[in-house]
Amino acid sequence: MTREIAVIAFAQTDHRRTSDELSEVEMLMPVLHEVLDRTGLQTADIGFTCSGSSDYLAGRAFSFTLALDGVGAWPPISESHVETDGAWALYEAWTKLLTGEADTALVYAYGKSSPGSVRDVLTRQLDPYYVAPLWPDSVALAALQAQALIDAGETDEPALAAVAARSRAAGQDNPHAQLRGSVPHGDYLVRPLRTGDCPPVGDGAAAVILAAGERARALCARPAWIRGIDHRIEAHSLGVRDLTDSPSTRLAAERAGAFDRPVDTAELHAPFTAQEIVLRKALRLDDTVCVNPSGGPLAANPVMAAGLIRIGEAAARVHRGASDRALAHATSGPCLQQNLVAVLEGDPR
Amino acid sequence: MSKEPVAVVGIGQTKHVAARRDVSIAGLVREAARRALADAELTWADIDAVVIGKAPDFFEGVMMPELYLADALGAVGKPMLRVHTAGSVGGSTALVAANLVAARVHGTVLTLAFEKQSESNAMWGLSLPIPFQQPLLAGAGGFFAPHVRAYMRRSGAPDTIGSLVAYKDRRNALKNPCAHLHEHDITLEKVQASPMLWDPIRYSETCPSSDGACAMVLTDRAGAARAPRPPAWMLGGAMRSEPTLFAGKDFVSPRAGRDCAADVYRQAGIADPRRDIDAVEMYVPFSWYEPMWLENLGFAAEGEGWKLTESGVTELDGDLPVNMSGGVLSTNPIGASGMIRFAEAALQVRGQAGEHQVDGARRVLGHAYGGGSQFFSMWLVGSAPPHS
Repeated sequence: MTREIAVIAFAQTDHRRTSDELSEVEMLMPVLHEVLDRTGLQTADIGFTCSGSSDYLAGRAFSFTLALDGVGAWPPISESHVETDGAWALYEAWTKLLTGEADTALVYAYGKSSPGSVRDVLTRQLDPYYVAPLWPDSVALAALQAQALIDAGETDEPALAAVAARSRAAGQDNPHAQLRGSVPHGDYLVRPLRTGDCPPVGDGAAAVILAAGERARALCARPAWIRGIDHRIEAHSLGVRDLTDSPSTRLAAERAGAFDRPVDTAELHAPFTAQEIVLRKALRLDDTVCVNPSGGPLAANPVMAAGLIRIGEAAARVHRGASDRALAHATSGPCLQQNLVAVLEGDPR
Repeated sequence: MSKEPVAVVGIGQTKHVAARRDVSIAGLVREAARRALADAELTWADIDAVVIGKAPDFFEGVMMPELYLADALGAVGKPMLRVHTAGSVGGSTALVAANLVAARVHGTVLTLAFEKQSESNAMWGLSLPIPFQQPLLAGAGGFFAPHVRAYMRRSGAPDTIGSLVAYKDRRNALKNPCAHLHEHDITLEKVQASPMLWDPIRYSETCPSSDGACAMVLTDRAGAARAPRPPAWMLGGAMRSEPTLFAGKDFVSPRAGRDCAADVYRQAGIADPRRDIDAVEMYVPFSWYEPMWLENLGFAAEGEGWKLTESGVTELDGDLPVNMSGGVLSTNPIGASGMIRFAEAALQVRGQAGEHQVDGARRVLGHAYGGGSQFFSMWLVGSAPPHS
């Protein structure tokens, strides 16, 4: 039998369009303090630390080293970093705890999109020889995906607008959300996507603490047990993929055990409305499942943290008894190229 | 529950050179991966997951290149994880991959690290100006030279030690067909007469800038039992990090390095590293780091490391050979350099190191570091499985 590991605490910033007055470290520090305070742990009590961030967002090499100074890595700590969304940092930390080499892990992620044009920055993650020189931006690629869905008869523009409206209405109850309440659906940004179909551009950070077995029970009244977690990647070239489907999400969900029993909640990392349609199909989510009660990435989308926030939000609902079995999803790359699925459960009440 | 033992059953490297203009980034990594698979006599279908590492994305000008490399590395439909921990990343990447096997998440994992430095300019990739922040000195040599000088003052080492290390490593590289620099006419006098770049570091005492990739196939006990060639067994592995700058930081012998080594030795049951370890592949980008790390890793008492170098102990035929492959001083595709250390250590205990093989090497340490002497990753590999 493998070791039981749970998310025992979650904290995040208030996500904002700009945070000019704060460095990444200054943005992250309060979140680290908050997540530690929730468990009563101190930095020195943490067995393993892992983070996710991107040099291209920060505009400098080794940007994560500055954040490490904020963690307080003295005496020296066992620590690692992934150059992608923090959800994958959580995955690395989960494997570390599984080996038994650590009982607790601190996972954090942050991203500031405000200093540059994130649409342009994300073009740099495309095939450097054949695609990146054309600078197709993230909204344009998402629009291709949306149009493919509409052409396939799987959705239409009013249905996409309804996804946006539902997300921002849910965000009303999320004090950390950037866009909430009644938000005009707006003009076309890249047809068929209107501004309302796209995530807000903003800055933010998040942190999670994991603990194993009895340690989790001692530190958290209702731990969110990770019953399964898996991630899969697809081909990079959009031309060889069916953009109306997400086989990597479906496979990751299968491996994570998501289809063994129904979930009551799903936090989906779908920054664009049409991507929620794709994910709902891949994950077989019907209308009985509460999707993105936090408002999801359409309400706040700090790049590199937004996937970790999905896991944190799902876990927080388990912690407070609002969910017994929740699915959390994170994505990376253009048009849902890489996907991670985690299944979280609370102990029976 | 005990951890699953981890074995290295396949190793592949490219021939490291200044510029691989004949291949794309995808072509470069695929070359190393295919060689590792061939060594293990496995196919892409045998691989459960891919763990990839490289140093800053600015070095090639591609953000998160693993997304674009998924196809070239046979990762479509599989988990693919990207690690980035500064210069130690090649080692860290191997350790993250090893954990997937140790935790029994996967049976067989391909791990790979690369840098194609000719695509960009590493020195300026490290030196983008940031408002209100102290600029990093252009090039790593400017950062490390004062710490080398501090070591010389503390230890009283003669000025010539650095040139001895460079002369040894460049000669070792002549026996390694994958090494970047093959200086057939190298002499100690030439090293000592090379231009002074960052006093006391001379040109011939610095690492080159390379294009290269290194891959390993890691597997569990069952996988090792099927391996066509002797596996290398992981006996211990650890990472440690400390802040870049703080009052009391010891740049000459950072505590994170000492703690990391102590953790590895504890896992592997090493009481006396000088006696129990047969050879070391350590991360020496500037020649003086050999004596400095010999002390930091516990092979010599404080202030005594240079004596091992001076007396020939670290030569290929010495009592404790260091950087048999020619080391970072002869080959430096930055993101891959740590993994090359780990892979070369594994080659030694498998008896597969060819002309630079140390006879009877049973336990060999692979070492990597990065940032401002603040990120460390190490593993100890052996010819026999753990606890046997």
